[in-house]
Amino acid sequence: MAESIPHGVDAAHDDHGDHHQQSFWQKYIFSTDHKMIAMQYMFTGMAMGLVGAFMAYTFRMQLAFPGDLVPGFGLVTPANYNALVTNHGTIMIFWVAMPVLLAAFANFLIPLMIGCDDMVFPKINRLSYQIFLLSTIVLIASFFVEGGGFGGGWTAYPPLSGKPIYNLTPLGCTLWVIAVGLEFIAFLLGGINFITTTMNARAPGMKLYDIPIVIWMIVIASILFMLSVGPLIAGAIMLVFDQTLGTAFFDPDKGGDPVLWQHLFWFFGHPEVYVVLMPAIGITAEIITVFARKKLFAYKTVLHTAFGTGVLSFTVWAHHQFISGIDPRMANVFTVTTLLISIPIAEMMFVYIATLYGGAITLTTPMLWALAFIAEFLIGGVTGIFLGASGADIYFHDTYFVLAHFHYTFYPIAIIGTFAGFTFWFPKMFGKMMNETLGKIHFWGTIIPFNLIFIPLFVLGAAGQHRRIYDYTGFPELAKYQDVRVFATMALLVMLAFQLVFFYNCLISWRSGKKAGNNPWNSNTLEWTTSSPPGHGNWKELPTVYRGPYEYSTPGREEDFWPQNVPN
Amino acid sequence: MVSYFIPALSTYAGDIDFIIDLIFWLVGFWFLLSEGVFFWLIVRYRKKEGVPAEYITGETPEQKRWITIPHFLVLFCDIFILYYAIAAWYEVKQNLPEPQATVRVIGQQWAWTFVHEGPDGKFDTADDITEMNELHIEVDKLYHYKLSATDVLHSFSVPVFRLKQDAIPGRVITGWWEATGTGEFSIQCAELCGIGHALMGARIFIETPERHAAWLAEQSSVEYAALTPSQSVKE
Repeated sequence: MAESIPHGVDAAHDDHGDHHQQSFWQKYIFSTDHKMIAMQYMFTGMAMGLVGAFMAYTFRMQLAFPGDLVPGFGLVTPANYNALVTNHGTIMIFWVAMPVLLAAFANFLIPLMIGCDDMVFPKINRLSYQIFLLSTIVLIASFFVEGGGFGGGWTAYPPLSGKPIYNLTPLGCTLWVIAVGLEFIAFLLGGINFITTTMNARAPGMKLYDIPIVIWMIVIASILFMLSVGPLIAGAIMLVFDQTLGTAFFDPDKGGDPVLWQHLFWFFGHPEVYVVLMPAIGITAEIITVFARKKLFAYKTVLHTAFGTGVLSFTVWAHHQFISGIDPRMANVFTVTTLLISIPIAEMMFVYIATLYGGAITLTTPMLWALAFIAEFLIGGVTGIFLGASGADIYFHDTYFVLAHFHYTFYPIAIIGTFAGFTFWFPKMFGKMMNETLGKIHFWGTIIPFNLIFIPLFVLGAAGQHRRIYDYTGFPELAKYQDVRVFATMALLVMLAFQLVFFYNCLISWRSGKKAGNNPWNSNTLEWTTSSPPGHGNWKELPTVYRGPYEYSTPGREEDFWPQNVPN
Repeated sequence: MVSYFIPALSTYAGDIDFIIDLIFWLVGFWFLLSEGVFFWLIVRYRKKEGVPAEYITGETPEQKRWITIPHFLVLFCDIFILYYAIAAWYEVKQNLPEPQATVRVIGQQWAWTFVHEGPDGKFDTADDITEMNELHIEVDKLYHYKLSATDVLHSFSVPVFRLKQDAIPGRVITGWWEATGTGEFSIQCAELCGIGHALMGARIFIETPERHAAWLAEQSSVEYAALTPSQSVKE
């Protein structure tokens, strides 16, 4: 491996040899090329996204028509239902949002955007994906072992998760924790790589303030992940010991403390939210500047608020635990920090709205997705205030209001952010343009049903409907809202149907789309200066950087863009 | 907002509804303003032939005003939210008025057990009254609850009181309520506690003093031996 890296070029290129012809295995399976690893992460993440979506379909059907056989699944028993909601949460956050946003886009974009030929640790990169794949296999295996999948909630609160006599899934719970732990190790390796590459392997002339926002955001996310994941891996090991060896870290019968797990979990879990939020916010910044032909409003402010958010995100974890039996005086402190963290996020939203002012906006598919991200994420942000204020949280905690709130944050992040990035960089990834008409059909067919699913759930939450209950018809106060639940389920079915359009669009665009040139969107950043798709090693000759990434519509130039590598 | 769906029947329910409504209006105002400006900008600055985009860095103070002023106004609104949120929280969770009666609430997989002191006002005596999945209480009487769990985490949630508190095995958590209206309402478990979590609903009967006295008189002190919490629970 490379020890000293002048610009990450020659030293890190040991693996590449002299661009010889590679065998199939070298090229697609054991590749150390960052673009191939990005694709592996992307498609694994999307495949797991389909698994998670199928789970959502299954338990939404159960909620709408309790006790009926669900087409494609069968009867949803209470144990099945718990396993479904648990693994839906686990998969959607750890196996979709993380690999696609943090790993796939980071792997694809970092070397291309900072102008180097590959990650500085290509083999660690490959190892990271392989561990991730192993963790995926372990997780899938946990559904099919004796006793079924783990059903203790994605937060896995002990003692329920710590003792098989309580959760009745002796193997499932252990495999689940092991899968999650392995997955964190994979992303830890990946994150170290992202930080190191960005700091050491930038193209000549690229100063820190010339790095595109999306790369900064990925770096901040990696730093957050690196600092927060330790306690959780420790906690996961303790939990496995509790489950298998009979230790009592979290078992109150023998002197353990169940609330300790909650602190360990949420000390990671809240920064984790920002870990997946940051890349999505970065992707949005790239897209709106390109399609509004505008310089990003207050680049440095965005950067500084992002760092501020990162620091603050370590101070808010216990707002998930107001009701959980912590000292009630602590809630006041965490209410203050939680309301404080809304400020930098609000500021970023203001920046994006201000960026649109005076632009020349073209509503292409990626732009629609990016604008939808801002509009929808605002809803997620403002409903968070209800839950961050301790007094209001007494009522809202563990109701559907929480559920709707975090779906309004995670859905824009993981799904809308992914679609935005994927449609925007598709020409660079595959060298073909996507079909705009199909793209817009898919956009509207996703965004409208999405709102129709989750806005009713806010209402149910305000009516006091609690989470994770497989049949509400037994509660007289809640049975009368059955129509609302059926409505949300129908909206979900419509939304899932429209995802077929996306896959069809990917397929035909990849097969027979219009050829994309090097720079179809007239963008400034470095990845658009090389061929589409970039060859092995990315560049014919390494670019030199002269200016920041957002010089659009600069006065005194004929063109309305000014690529970073053009001398004048 | 919440009281539209579900009645508010405890002394502090009004405070919690107030903070929810306050957040709703403050946040709703900012939300509509942001979304309104956002959509207006999209419509107003659509690409037109021959109209180039402006070049605005956003780095000068007079440009930055457009984000710093809203930012400070939001901070100003947050102060109000903070004050009323903490006031409501203090009232429910930190403040503990003198009780007129005490109830033990015990969560287990998957049922609620409620133990009343009985006529002598002491627990663990022969005249304790134990109920399963039904809680009879008196209106306008200040109760303390002593919440515990025997196996996993549960959460004692009474939506009409706006009350929620996790039950932790091995601990006894004390809190209070004072009901202000009569009727029959639901109690739910709000923390996932295994496969029977959905069946862990109970009913709360808030009664007038006369009815409650009549109910007390017809209770015999049945011991649910299997259901008493383990001896490790110390108060």
